[in-house]
Amino acid sequence: MSAILALNNVRKNFGATEIIVGVDLEIHNGERHAIIGPNGAGKSTLFNLISGRYPVTSGTITLRGEDIHNHTPFEINRRGLGRSFQVTNIFPNMSVFENIRIGVLWDLGCKYAFWRFVARDKAVQERTESILEKIGMSARRDVPAGLLSYADQRALEIGITLGSDPDLIILDEPTAGMSHSETDQAVSMIKEVSQDKTLVVVEHDMGVVFGLADRISVLVYGQIIATDVPDKIRSNKAVQEAYLGAVEE
Amino acid sequence: MEIFLFSLFNGLLYGMMLFLLASGLTLIFSMMGVLNFAHASFFMLGAYFAYTISTLVGFIPALIVAPILVGVIGALVEKYGLRPVHKFGHVAELLFTFGLAFLIEEVVQLIWGRVAMDYQIPAFLKFTAFSWQGLDYQAYRVFMLLVSVGIFVALYWVLTRTRVGLIIQAALSHSAMTGALGHNVERVFMVTFGFGCALAGVAGVIGGNVLGTEPAMALQLGPIVFVVIVIGGLGSLGGALVASIFIGVLDFMANSYDLSFAPFFSLLGISADMGGTWTDLASLSSANIAPVLPYLLLVLMLIFRPRGLFGTRDV
Amino acid sequence: MMGNAQKVVPWLVLALLLVFLPVWFNSSFALTILSRIGIMIIFAIAYNMLLGQGGMLSFGHAVYFGMSGYFTVHFIGGMQDAATPYFPISLLPILGGLIGLILGILIGYVSTRRAGTTFAMISLGFGEMFTALTLVLVAFFNGEEGIQADRWVGPEPLGITFGPDIQVYYLIAIWTFIAVAAMFILTKTPFGRVSNAVRDNPERAEFVGYNTQRVRWLAFALSSFFAGLAGALYAVNYEHIGFETVSAATSGLVLFMVYIGGVRNFLGPIIGAVLITVLDSVLSDFSEAWFLYLGVIFIITVMFAPEGLAGLIFMHEPIWKAKPALLRALFVPYLMALGATLVACVGLIGLFELFYHVSQDLVVPDEMNLFGIVTDTASVLPWIVYAVIAGVGLFLCREAYPRTKMVWDDVISETRAALVQ
Repeated sequence: MSAILALNNVRKNFGATEIIVGVDLEIHNGERHAIIGPNGAGKSTLFNLISGRYPVTSGTITLRGEDIHNHTPFEINRRGLGRSFQVTNIFPNMSVFENIRIGVLWDLGCKYAFWRFVARDKAVQERTESILEKIGMSARRDVPAGLLSYADQRALEIGITLGSDPDLIILDEPTAGMSHSETDQAVSMIKEVSQDKTLVVVEHDMGVVFGLADRISVLVYGQIIATDVPDKIRSNKAVQEAYLGAVEE
Repeated sequence: MEIFLFSLFNGLLYGMMLFLLASGLTLIFSMMGVLNFAHASFFMLGAYFAYTISTLVGFIPALIVAPILVGVIGALVEKYGLRPVHKFGHVAELLFTFGLAFLIEEVVQLIWGRVAMDYQIPAFLKFTAFSWQGLDYQAYRVFMLLVSVGIFVALYWVLTRTRVGLIIQAALSHSAMTGALGHNVERVFMVTFGFGCALAGVAGVIGGNVLGTEPAMALQLGPIVFVVIVIGGLGSLGGALVASIFIGVLDFMANSYDLSFAPFFSLLGISADMGGTWTDLASLSSANIAPVLPYLLLVLMLIFRPRGLFGTRDV
Repeated sequence: MMGNAQKVVPWLVLALLLVFLPVWFNSSFALTILSRIGIMIIFAIAYNMLLGQGGMLSFGHAVYFGMSGYFTVHFIGGMQDAATPYFPISLLPILGGLIGLILGILIGYVSTRRAGTTFAMISLGFGEMFTALTLVLVAFFNGEEGIQADRWVGPEPLGITFGPDIQVYYLIAIWTFIAVAAMFILTKTPFGRVSNAVRDNPERAEFVGYNTQRVRWLAFALSSFFAGLAGALYAVNYEHIGFETVSAATSGLVLFMVYIGGVRNFLGPIIGAVLITVLDSVLSDFSEAWFLYLGVIFIITVMFAPEGLAGLIFMHEPIWKAKPALLRALFVPYLMALGATLVACVGLIGLFELFYHVSQDLVVPDEMNLFGIVTDTASVLPWIVYAVIAGVGLFLCREAYPRTKMVWDDVISETRAALVQ
């Protein structure tokens, strides 16, 4: 199996504080990979490094063999990486439909075009509609995003991420704050949209993690202490210690 | 040489007055994140109040009362005007202070009229303090310098030696944390804003009779103060001091040593006899470009190094 | 579907207004105002491309307006001296737009590398620089005097000389229509949508593949083009250009227009441009304090109605769409609040005008004309009367506003419930 994303001895310091302390990680093409770890382990920071929000202090990150560390977020996104945010990061004044459409525009070649109507672009319309369907928001397409319920906003968050049809989808705590039924809906939606893609997820909900992931990596104090299939992780002593018994079925 | 020292003295003077303005602005910005567009308007109010008070009572009362008046107005503006706008974000705050500057200028014009006021240097300071190398140094200007330096020293002492000063220093760099530690941040804001405006008021009192007291004075001086704090670095009082003096001295030097740029333009093949705009360019000198210089520096600094010379935070 | 008809109607209305207003109001005073309104509409919408659509606050946008004006005046003058080739006056706005565009590309490249307050300060810096330059480069700017030009030049196709004001008005009207349509279309393009996205959440826009700095640069350049177009029309209309057209005063005026009109809505700048131009032309004769009132209106808008007049109007759009019957509930509270405000304003403005009149201790008669009533400012009576009116008005406002707010809250929550089923 080839690695679509590879992190090599990645370190990140904020001032004198080391947050990421030498992370080696390989994400296989087409797999569903979960990253778990106690609070403050650095999971969001890791995502921020991968997606270009922060530069690395040292180490390399490659996407399909090409360096992407220290690139701008838009450069990385254009190479086929899409990420969602833990704190909902949508366009509150625009409708649901428009939110998703913004995610679609660049990938379908619209770029900075100011000489034609966006509504007439069939490819844009179709992809936006299909994502709208997949995340189950077709009924609320015209609602201003700021007025949506929390769970709907989380779904929209993922919808925007899918806009650019990325090969590698990174989701940062997609089900955070959701009820049981909302979580189940979200998980089946995530499974469906990530069918032919590579998926990396950060999650706290162990039920989601063990139901979704092919492999799990455990991040503790900025280091990966284990990467393996779910069963092996479950029985891993170091992992159990790190979680102080918080592993639930 | 005499010209150099004379320009230096006057430049220093102008710079110290700029510093009085810039220090207030820096305090306000660092503490509250608000760029007070109306800061020079409080300078103008100080000058006008001083004019009226000194005409009715005398200069010394004006020197004491006018800044206090301006400070109180500033504090009220903060409490009833700026604070409600805070929730709309920094852009709204900037727009509010912009509108305020406009408003103050109109009110001043309406009350005192559009003509410049004859705000005189007080008679008891109207003499030559000393003569050196053929040039006379006016007593009032020495007085201005003493007052500004005195305020600077007092400011420095308060900030570094008193408890209030330490709180302000803390809030200057880490305002959220200071609030979390239990200090009444709202009151600190109000007092800081008022105090910053009072500083501008003092500058108005001592500078108004030298620079001229007229409705356009805020619009003329305001942008220069922005230039000063951007070049010095936002959040840095030391930087504000350095930049104020630099700009002040630069202005006077450019005017005194009217350097012609003709040689530079002749290198580009532009000479004075080409007519029209080329003539204008070729006849440019440091004196007539002096008004443009601060803005050129502002733009260059913002493009290449937005945090200024000594700044601790970006704009 | 109603959709297509609904889209065309506003444009028909605009066209009809542009064509027929000078017929209905056919004094030369009215024509002057209408011409100015047209120019300001273009300038205001162009400015809103930056502020409302792009989220960039600029204090120096008059540079593109004024520089284009200077260029246009020089060009017209050049045509008369046969120094420049002939170019139809009617097409000069395109040249003016190009001047604005070029300046916008250059200055925009360095300005848009920063955002927020830094951007605002850079714009101020450039604005002040150009203003200072007008006094230094005398040959081009002619300092405080400015430059004159005579637009009656060149061949006269169909007998159109652009000498008479009415001809210039219709030229302005045509360009206003074209410019407004063009800028409206821009909002419907991919660029327009992304510009809004960058305004709302620049970070997210980066993560979906957009270089936000490029987007803002493009918005800046296009906005400068239309500002330049307006500037050229200004030069043709007034046949004169002066340094105030690049100064902070003009930049401030367009900011006032756009903000009071409403930044979040395409109609906002139009409303602001019309309102303030009309008030400026009409009220400045009646009251020296007009600019002060404008400043107060601006501050009130910033503090209490940041969405502007257009925002206040379109705040009702969800109600209109979801449950129009609820609008009836608002009618009486609005009427009462408006009445109270009017009373308070009459009182306060009256007092203020009295005060202003008295504070001018020049050779001014005690009598003044206040609200059309001959008033003796030396007597105590008018002061008392207006003070009472003001007091009553303020009291009524205190009563009316909270009640209106309560009704509004009820109406809007009912609407929300109906909307997000």
